[in-house]
Amino acid sequence: MANIIEMPKLSDTMTGGTVVSWLKKEGDVVESGDILAEIETDKATQELECFDEGTILKIYIQAGGKAPCGQPLCAVGEKGEEAPKVESPTAAPDAEKAKPAPAESEKPKEEKVSPPKPEPKASKAPSATSSGRRTFASPLARKIAEDKGIPLEAIKGSGPSGRIVQADVIAAAQAGVKGIPAAAVPLEEKLTPVSTIREVIARRLLESKTQVPHFYLEKEVNAAPLLKTRVALNEKLKKLGQSIKLTVNDYILKASAEALRTVPAMNTSWEGENIRQHGAVHLSFGVALEDGLVTPVIRDAEKKDLVTISREARELIDKARAKKLTPEEMSGSTFTVTNLGMYGVNSFYGIINPPNAGILSVGGTFKKPIVDENDNIVIGHRMSIGISGDHRVVDGAVGALFLQALAENLENPAIMLV
Amino acid sequence: MALITYRDAINQAMAEELARDSDVFIMGEEVAQYKGAYKVTRGLLEKFGPERIIDAPISEAGFCGLGVGAAMMGLRPVVEFMFWSFCYVAFDQVINNAANIRYMSGGLINIPIVFRGPGNGGTNVGATHSHTPENFVANTPGLKVVCPSTPYDAKGLLKSAIRDNDPVFVMENTLLYGNQGEVPEDDYVIPLGVAEVKKEGSDISLVAHGRCAILCLEAAEVLAAEHGINAEVVDLRSIRPLDEDTILKSVKKTNRAVLVEENKPFCGVGAQICSIIQEKVFDYLDAPIKRVSSIDAPQIYSMPLEQQQIPNVERIVDTVLEIA
Repeated sequence: MANIIEMPKLSDTMTGGTVVSWLKKEGDVVESGDILAEIETDKATQELECFDEGTILKIYIQAGGKAPCGQPLCAVGEKGEEAPKVESPTAAPDAEKAKPAPAESEKPKEEKVSPPKPEPKASKAPSATSSGRRTFASPLARKIAEDKGIPLEAIKGSGPSGRIVQADVIAAAQAGVKGIPAAAVPLEEKLTPVSTIREVIARRLLESKTQVPHFYLEKEVNAAPLLKTRVALNEKLKKLGQSIKLTVNDYILKASAEALRTVPAMNTSWEGENIRQHGAVHLSFGVALEDGLVTPVIRDAEKKDLVTISREARELIDKARAKKLTPEEMSGSTFTVTNLGMYGVNSFYGIINPPNAGILSVGGTFKKPIVDENDNIVIGHRMSIGISGDHRVVDGAVGALFLQALAENLENPAIMLV
Repeated sequence: MALITYRDAINQAMAEELARDSDVFIMGEEVAQYKGAYKVTRGLLEKFGPERIIDAPISEAGFCGLGVGAAMMGLRPVVEFMFWSFCYVAFDQVINNAANIRYMSGGLINIPIVFRGPGNGGTNVGATHSHTPENFVANTPGLKVVCPSTPYDAKGLLKSAIRDNDPVFVMENTLLYGNQGEVPEDDYVIPLGVAEVKKEGSDISLVAHGRCAILCLEAAEVLAAEHGINAEVVDLRSIRPLDEDTILKSVKKTNRAVLVEENKPFCGVGAQICSIIQEKVFDYLDAPIKRVSSIDAPQIYSMPLEQQQIPNVERIVDTVLEIA
């Protein structure tokens, strides 16, 4: 009797996943503990472990195919046994479109169907117009157009069936289309299939922005002491032979954890009938990846010192970039910090990461004229911090108190060392 | 330089080689007393005697085999086919044996033989007398084949063929025998495998061999006079070995090519050249490669229809106009 191996639910938010690649093929003998495939879930690529022994009779979802949790991925049974028939899920059109399972003698063509496909080189003269129709051009015309950096779409063909020939390219070049430098490749219209991670971002943030009543507060803080302390501490760490280097973000994480301890009303969640105030600060922070955003969590951040937070943050960022974060490392947050300072953003407001009651948004530090305590205009180092709050749980005053506590921590970094 | 006919140029080539090398002899149907069906061997019997100018019975398989055997023993036979169409009865000797003995003897035995004669249509002699088998021959490793278009080329190529140590097939054309051209008095040879640009041009390459090269030169004049198209004419002269460099250089210059031959189109010489061009200079092509060949049917006996079946100037011009 064959066992069906289904798309596992690998995290609490996972509703489906993508088979990135199969590490075993039909006909392979497998045993418990073998890794069958790599599955891309909400936010990470994880291994699909085998808990059965036998032969892979059939692979239902080919590499590149999507399947909802619970959908059969493959069947394992006795060699020669017939694989049970399963219906293709309507929720996974890609899986339906996937090629029929290859015969036993064929190797699964994993590379050919695994997403993401490499982009065609942008410098190549495109062979298709934005409408998807092919532009006909002679090989010579194509080559000359590419050398001159003239998009074929900009040239009218005079050859048979409108084929662009050498004379057309030369005429276009003389008519002024020649001004286009080789680098000025025309904008390309293209369709990119929505990745699992993008799908999750879209769904969760749409839920948040439509179901959570956001309010926004912003406060400017004096970042000069923070910058000064950071330089001094890093120098000290270096002298001590420590490999660690503290970032502005590490201070913000530590300062946020401290501020949440001061204003625990901000460290809460709306649960319908109850409002839960969390007994620990599980601090999540955004890490931008090429194809989306992940939010790993530093647990019990309020109990950790600056250096520990810095180390953990660094580890989580590295894992996130390698797509090796486990679902546990990405769930259970009580508050989220997002920082776009390194991109030169002045200030912004994040969308709340449910079930958090708020999200902190941190802008960059800029030099600007300020009025000091003696009414003199001096150069200040200013950083803008903002909060988006869930008005069901917290009110403006709570948000304000939190920002105040946070500002105090940031402006007096020595407090955090206590 | 003397102005002589294509026929006399071939005659001179044989006479000069007979005089130069006593191993050379001529054999074929009516080559001696009758001076050849097309009078190409005129005067040779008188000059070199019946031991070296040998009339053979109507038995191509027999005298071709005799020729291959003589070549194996070190002589240099020049075997004439009255028509190349008649080589088919001797295929085992000319294609199978001549081509393979050097290889199968491990290089110990050369076959320095020349098979020559006219191979063309357009003379209203019917389907079995109008073959142009240069593509058959060129398809066979071990054989060389040349198709001269002018008296100068005919003499120089035939002399090279006689001196070559491998079987060389010289395919002439009865419609060219009377053509006149300048031929030097002194000894000269044209190496096998070297094409000639018979006319320089910039707009399109006409690649041809044999009489079709002459037709291309005429077509080039029409194209220049009536259509302002400056065509280049590449005369292959030698089909195998093939001068790829000259073909590719010309196509790189003009970016267009029309391949002209009297062969039937299927697996013709043009098919091979087309493959080489697209593979090696694809990015230089500004238009698809076109071919002009005989219309794909057994040679038509009706004279007016046959004139349409084989390539002619009008068809070459029309084909050029499709892409230039």
